[in-house]
Amino acid sequence: MIFLLGDWISDWDGSINGWIVVIGCLCAASASLLGNFLVLRRMSMLGDAITHAVLPGIAAAFFISGTRNSMAMFVGAVIVGLLTAVFTEWIRSVGKVDEGASMGVVFTSLFALGLVMLVAAADHVDLDPKCVLYGAIDLTPLDTVWVRGLEIPRAAIVLSIVLVLNLAFVILFFKELKISSFDPALATTMGFSAKAMHYLLMVLVSITAVASFESVGSILVVAMFVVPAAAAYMLTDRLAVMIFFSVIIAVASASLGHIAALEVPTWFGFRSTTTAGPMAVVSGLLFLLAALFGPRYGVVVKWVRRQSLSWRILCDDIVAILYRAEERDTAMPGLAGLADELFASSLSIRSALLMLRRKGEIEGSDQPKLTPRGIDRARELVRSHRLWEQYLVVETGAETNRIHSHAERWEHFTDRPLRDELDRVTEAPDIDPHGSPIPPENKL
Amino acid sequence: MNQTENVNQVSPLSVDDLTVAYHRKPVIWDVAFDLPEGQLIGVVGPNGAGKSTLLKAIMDLIPRASGRVRVFGDTYRNNRHRVGYVPQRESVDWQFPVNALDVVTMGLYDEIGWCLPVRRKHRQRAMEALDRVGIADLAQRQISQLSGGQQQRTFLARALVQDADLYLMDEPFAAVDAATELAIVDILRELKKRKKTAVVIHHDLQTVPDYFDHVVLLNMRIVACGPVETTFTAENLNKTYGGRLTLLDEVNEAMRRRETSL
Amino acid sequence: MRDYNTRVVVLGVAMLGGSSGLVGSFTLLRRRALMGDALSHASLPGIALAFMLATTLGYDGKYLPLLLAGATFSGLLGVGCILWIRNKTRLKEDTALGIVLSVFFGAGVALLGMVQQMKTGNAAGLEGFIYGKTASMSAMDVRLIFYASLIAIALSFANFKELKLLCFDEGFAGSRGYPVVLLDVLLMSLVVLVAMVGLQAVGLILMIALLVIPAAAARFWTDTLWKMTAYSVILGTVGCVIGAMVSAVFPNLPSGAMIVLVCSFFFFLSMFFGTARGVVARFLRRRRLNRRIDRQHLMRAMYEQIEHPDRSDTSALKPGSEPVRKTKVSIDELLLVRSWNWKRLMAAIRSAEVDELMQYRHGHAQLTHAGFIEAARLTRQHRLWEMYLITYADVAPALVDRDADNIEHVLEPHVIDRLEDLLEEQELLFPVPTSPHELGDGLTSSEEGILP
Repeated sequence: MIFLLGDWISDWDGSINGWIVVIGCLCAASASLLGNFLVLRRMSMLGDAITHAVLPGIAAAFFISGTRNSMAMFVGAVIVGLLTAVFTEWIRSVGKVDEGASMGVVFTSLFALGLVMLVAAADHVDLDPKCVLYGAIDLTPLDTVWVRGLEIPRAAIVLSIVLVLNLAFVILFFKELKISSFDPALATTMGFSAKAMHYLLMVLVSITAVASFESVGSILVVAMFVVPAAAAYMLTDRLAVMIFFSVIIAVASASLGHIAALEVPTWFGFRSTTTAGPMAVVSGLLFLLAALFGPRYGVVVKWVRRQSLSWRILCDDIVAILYRAEERDTAMPGLAGLADELFASSLSIRSALLMLRRKGEIEGSDQPKLTPRGIDRARELVRSHRLWEQYLVVETGAETNRIHSHAERWEHFTDRPLRDELDRVTEAPDIDPHGSPIPPENKL
Repeated sequence: MNQTENVNQVSPLSVDDLTVAYHRKPVIWDVAFDLPEGQLIGVVGPNGAGKSTLLKAIMDLIPRASGRVRVFGDTYRNNRHRVGYVPQRESVDWQFPVNALDVVTMGLYDEIGWCLPVRRKHRQRAMEALDRVGIADLAQRQISQLSGGQQQRTFLARALVQDADLYLMDEPFAAVDAATELAIVDILRELKKRKKTAVVIHHDLQTVPDYFDHVVLLNMRIVACGPVETTFTAENLNKTYGGRLTLLDEVNEAMRRRETSL
Repeated sequence: MRDYNTRVVVLGVAMLGGSSGLVGSFTLLRRRALMGDALSHASLPGIALAFMLATTLGYDGKYLPLLLAGATFSGLLGVGCILWIRNKTRLKEDTALGIVLSVFFGAGVALLGMVQQMKTGNAAGLEGFIYGKTASMSAMDVRLIFYASLIAIALSFANFKELKLLCFDEGFAGSRGYPVVLLDVLLMSLVVLVAMVGLQAVGLILMIALLVIPAAAARFWTDTLWKMTAYSVILGTVGCVIGAMVSAVFPNLPSGAMIVLVCSFFFFLSMFFGTARGVVARFLRRRRLNRRIDRQHLMRAMYEQIEHPDRSDTSALKPGSEPVRKTKVSIDELLLVRSWNWKRLMAAIRSAEVDELMQYRHGHAQLTHAGFIEAARLTRQHRLWEMYLITYADVAPALVDRDADNIEHVLEPHVIDRLEDLLEEQELLFPVPTSPHELGDGLTSSEEGILP
């Protein structure tokens, strides 16, 4: 399908763009698989550190092999990438330095070392550090190999292998990864060396980072190590589901990112831009969506949930006040009276009244009055309130003047079974400690 | 002191001459005790007395300056599989995306072995353990959604499922609700019935005689160690907690209140 | 150094090293060492946008203050995002940094891709803003660094104790009514300030290194915040000067990289030889402690052995019987007393022999006179501590310092008096023999302790 998008995107060349998206997805998926564990182990910055740190590995490989053979450089880079993790861990444990700081020391030092080595090598060959750090995903389709009569970009093959490797790793070692990330001490006492798992993970992170940035550039892989996993973490509480989501988000960011790279600049009169950047940005946007609207932990969702709760409590309070006024046969409080008693603005009282009226729980506009339905709701509340007061006095011996505030809070969270339980424990009283009658349960 | 190895019945946990020091300060010194098998053993002592340090040193989690630890007559390393550990609740990240059942299943991971997946029968057993601690209905809850007591029960279930012979528990009763406390006590009694040994760090003096058979009074060094009836005396407590605290009076008062309320 | 250019560079990096050392020590203690990393990356889209905006409006796109303003703006935006993610979601600090770093940098790369297509304005070298050009630092850069450093120093000194509290105990600071979020923003703005002027002068990697390495190195030398800050400033400055001079002498070597390498050399020196938390210092301390414990165990074991003339009965003490110094104690007996193995026991005995505290011959050990005094002193001290733990159990754990040379140095005299009385009651107290050399003035403690 991605090969057909050309119909509506001007710059779309089927095969090239198709391959870019495929390669982007491969890179994103393999990085995000491991990224889940980086995020959970609080090592999110490691991807960034490794992509900077591998420079001396590349330089050393060049010195040793004497050629720009990509295999040698790959191996050199992976080794140094692993060394970054080893040194970081070593400085952290031996020097008792905070993880972030030891990572910062290690990767900047290694990068500087690599730079010096490259300058020393510059007499012999042209090895541009920028070129090393910026593989360009836009150019990957041009570097192809023939496999069984098919012309396939080299990067696609390399990244497919990495993806399979990572997938196998995560599936095979799923429970070891889980336990060593959650409770390293337990893992170690059970014979799964948390250290061994750590370094195994680090080996794969280095391989993924090097394979990716060598072909598609560092920015994509750094983003994909962190952002999709972070977004997935906002969406779910199950590790397996989180990994699954992170891969989906990664693939979506890669695909949408490429489309955005082609499309968005044209709105401002530019031609398409480099693809890796927008892929990272799209993943960031997806993260933002997840952080705002995640079903349980989303910021907006949490806010709405809090608001609707306080809204419900306000409505509860209003009907309870009306009920009590009716019970005592005093004058129904008006709008101002309600606002006064509930410490709420008249606007929120007014809208709460509107809502109650729409639900058919009150009637009358200036002088609100409970309908039979409203009385049912109010009776439940007042019954809960007074049962709680009774319970507090009977069970804990609390003083009567200090129980009201507790009951005031709990009444909103008390359902029928809990009320029955309270009723049973307090031996079905008729009046509460203040002497007010406890209304009977509603008839169904 | 060293005769235990020659006797038929090997002590589940025998500590000899254990000294642990941070910086210049000793945290515990010259600690030595042999624990009897199949008993519930409470470790009590004031704050900073080195109770957690003792457990961690037993499990090689922190280095020790001197001393020897024998678990069923062998080093801890060799008998690791016979030991179940219930850490303090703060030791893990409760935001981690796993549910209660997952956490309990972790207790079976070494039995399942490397790379093999968790199968239905393992989940079944984890479920049974959750049932035993009374929170089977919360199996699918994410762990941060559990209350403190429920989290503690989850940890306990994880230790149970390991089916160890010796349990080391670090303050399982800390900040839990009354129901959880009862549940934990039930489990401890059941463990005892099955001839398991449990070493429990405990901070509530009042309940020591109710919960434990054997008690280790620790205040950097062993003040006393032995059966509750003979060891948990006012004099020994005084030595452990000091005379200035009115704790003892409080205990007496609490016991009196309980007797009258029954 | 004669070269004007070199002088400019050295001066510039020295000031930069100092001020980033200062700011870095706070971020390090706040466990946000990589903040500089994230914020430096986050400045790229601001630079690109500022360039685009300026060029579109017909100004010179590479006008430095404008680019700096853009970089600072997007850096601060990054700070806001990091704080938002950390405070409002369930994600941890490091993930917040990682997200901001990669997403902002991605946006920057995308914008640069567009900038390069612009016909007006010469975009070439805009990336140099990120990658730096230490060797060709201009006087203008140095001036900027100077002003930024001044501001950074002034702000951190003015708010030193607030920042200290923020780094040490955020919760406490909040509870005392300090505006924690505002302080956080202040700290991060300092990072942004230093990072932005430094970024265009010396580049991304060097900037990150300067913010992390000197502070991390200084941490090994002291446990006091103001000292650590001072050391960090010094290390940053010196590292930069040396690095810049080395690369001036060997023009082949890139100065930025040399500075990083010099700084990390300092780091490793500090990590091993730092006096407060260095690896060697900690190792030596640990070993000294273990040896000392072994020595104490040995001397006490010796004393307890010779305390009972009838050595088959080790449980009951025979009060009143003078311990006989010359009693020979066999190594087998000593081995039984404690859990030490033969090797460790022998090491302890050898070291005691070197100090002329005991003699060891044919499997038997014997205390010398000095050794006898030392053993008696240690045993007495040990018993006093034990008694102290029992008697003052409620306060004891915090005060017990068994290693202190003399219990008298730690505890009040009247406390010791009381402890001695108690030991006497249990017939566990014994006189510590005085050294023959101090007979004149050393009688005090032993006189009091003579048994009835």
